[in-house]
Amino acid sequence: MKTANFDDRIKRSKSLLRFAAPQMFYPLAGTFAPWCLAVAAVLTVLGLWIGFFVAPTDAQQGDVYRVIFIHVPAAWMSMFIYLVMAFWAAVGLVLNTRLSFMMAQALAPTGAMFCFVALWTGALWGRPTWGTYWVWDARLTSQLLLLFLYLGYIALTQAIDDARRADRAGAIIALVGAVNVPIIYFSVQWWNTLHQGASVSLTRAPSMASAMLWGMLVMALAAWAYTFAVVFWRVRSLILERERHTEWVGAELAAHEGRA
Amino acid sequence: MLEAEELACLKGDRLLFRGLAVRLEAGELLRVTGPNGYGKTSLLRILCGLAVPEHGAVRWRGVEVRRDRESFHRALMYSGHAAALNDLLTPLENLRFACAAAGDDPDEAACAEALGRIGLGGQIDLPARVLSQGQRRRVGLARLFLAARRPLWVLDEPFTALDVKAVADLTATLSAHCRAGGIVVLTTHQDAPFETPPRVLDLAGVAC
Amino acid sequence: MLGPFFAVMRRDLLLAWRGRADVLVTLAFFVIVVCLFPFGVGAETNQLRAIAPGVLWVAALLSTLLSLHRLFAQDHADGTLEQLLLSPEPTALWVLAKIAAHWIVTGLPLVLVAPGLALLFDVGQGVLGVLTLSLALGSPILALLGAVGAALTLGLRGGGVLLALLVLPLFVPVLIFGAGAVDSELGGTGAAAHLLLLGGGLLGAIALAPFACAAALRIAME
Repeated sequence: MKTANFDDRIKRSKSLLRFAAPQMFYPLAGTFAPWCLAVAAVLTVLGLWIGFFVAPTDAQQGDVYRVIFIHVPAAWMSMFIYLVMAFWAAVGLVLNTRLSFMMAQALAPTGAMFCFVALWTGALWGRPTWGTYWVWDARLTSQLLLLFLYLGYIALTQAIDDARRADRAGAIIALVGAVNVPIIYFSVQWWNTLHQGASVSLTRAPSMASAMLWGMLVMALAAWAYTFAVVFWRVRSLILERERHTEWVGAELAAHEGRA
Repeated sequence: MLEAEELACLKGDRLLFRGLAVRLEAGELLRVTGPNGYGKTSLLRILCGLAVPEHGAVRWRGVEVRRDRESFHRALMYSGHAAALNDLLTPLENLRFACAAAGDDPDEAACAEALGRIGLGGQIDLPARVLSQGQRRRVGLARLFLAARRPLWVLDEPFTALDVKAVADLTATLSAHCRAGGIVVLTTHQDAPFETPPRVLDLAGVAC
Repeated sequence: MLGPFFAVMRRDLLLAWRGRADVLVTLAFFVIVVCLFPFGVGAETNQLRAIAPGVLWVAALLSTLLSLHRLFAQDHADGTLEQLLLSPEPTALWVLAKIAAHWIVTGLPLVLVAPGLALLFDVGQGVLGVLTLSLALGSPILALLGAVGAALTLGLRGGGVLLALLVLPLFVPVLIFGAGAVDSELGGTGAAAHLLLLGGGLLGAIALAPFACAAALRIAME
């Protein structure tokens, strides 16, 4: 009875905040996810086409440099996703909203994946360029430590059975990590810098051909759209798992079985 | 003074109880009953502010305990399932630390007297690891004599491992505390010889 | 207000004294790990001298990690942690007392024996002061950060390995500046900058870590 009233109340609410309730967000995420995936697919094809066929061959590095169309967007995303994850963790701790914790947990595997892709493609790029798969330079090392932070977060949230404790403990380690990321980056920079200077910067004119820049930006947008799509799907499964005892999930599953 | 409303408790995957409401005024003694696994300890931990209920709120003197943790915990004395004794410390050291951690600072003589009153006068300087189960329980209960100023006593299975005389002494102490305007909430499996039968909250009635 | 702070500190130091053997195990681990390196990399004096700061720092870091799970485990098991969380005084305060006592018992001995071990690696006597100072400033940071991890993994299965995974990446900056201080003193550029950064890091950790640790303990006990 009580829950039915609550359901009605949030359904009638006009505020955008009503989507913070898992059963309102569930269908919304389901609607957006396929579109995000479609956008990601189109942008990936477009970005790779620009990257492989439109962008000119680099005078010094030859065609090897083309790995940046995957490497750079993946590195950007891996760092950005960690910040978004820490943001949702903080929102969850302050406002006590379950959906925020689910968002943080849904983001972590994607962030770790991009981190790994950035490291892997970095190694493939490094072999022909520097003659070795791995150098202990500042950016590669920071990226590696970021991967460890992701793995720590995922391991901690998976090791705790109680969902409430897992949410909050994960949120704390995500925030501690977020405070430490700049410190780690600074310390590693201090320790050793061997990498070439940043090739895309907002403060000075880009030193690369505009086709290269476009290719990278389109690939970055594709990575964004992909992240949205998988995070929506993952949040949907988390919602179903967490709320499996509620009536609306029962109705949802029954309807799904009816369709199938 | 102590009010709980609409309490729901989720343990792992199971909803233990919901819609639990209780209101205690000065001088009342509440006995929480129910079969094992019905959430007696969970309820006491929620009432103390150690655990957070899935739904609902606990109020002390009209203020939600999470809003004013400090003054609530100044009014509370909790004795948990574990006796909170360190094996390497003597009963006296354990008791003094328990009081200091709770924000009181009784002197050594007062602590020794409390231990004497509960029947541990001879074991005051032995390490806690040589004490029997009943004696360990008593060290924790000695705090009751030093916490008389704290109105709310929450005791999880205080009678476990106590002998007949100790049970009688403890019930007398609890009754005296209630007569002086205190509140006692306790769980127990055995029937304690209270002069007036205590109020009973049966968790089987609100179980899911 | 400082009552629980001193009570916790006094009690933990007393407990450490009564359980001295546990404390010595950490110190013995530190000494043995340091002494293993020459067997692994060879006893060539120049090489040993070059790796000494890093070896001592990594060994100190591993010893800290080894002792961290003991920080709250006993109090968690016997119910003392519940009673401490019911203290009306601020949680961060007695958490800081626990961490301080833990460092005095496990960190301080490492700082004191490190110069002696450095001599086994033929480190010049001129830099022993910097080495000791860097450990004195850095090892409390390790204890503070590690305490957050210990609180988060309290009572979990496989907690020890998980704790290592959580805190080791956070230890990297301390390792860099700590070992770097000795290296730059050896290299002639002076260790002032490294030591100042370590000192700043220590102040930051004292200001923030007890609160994160207190929040983590409440979450773990809920």
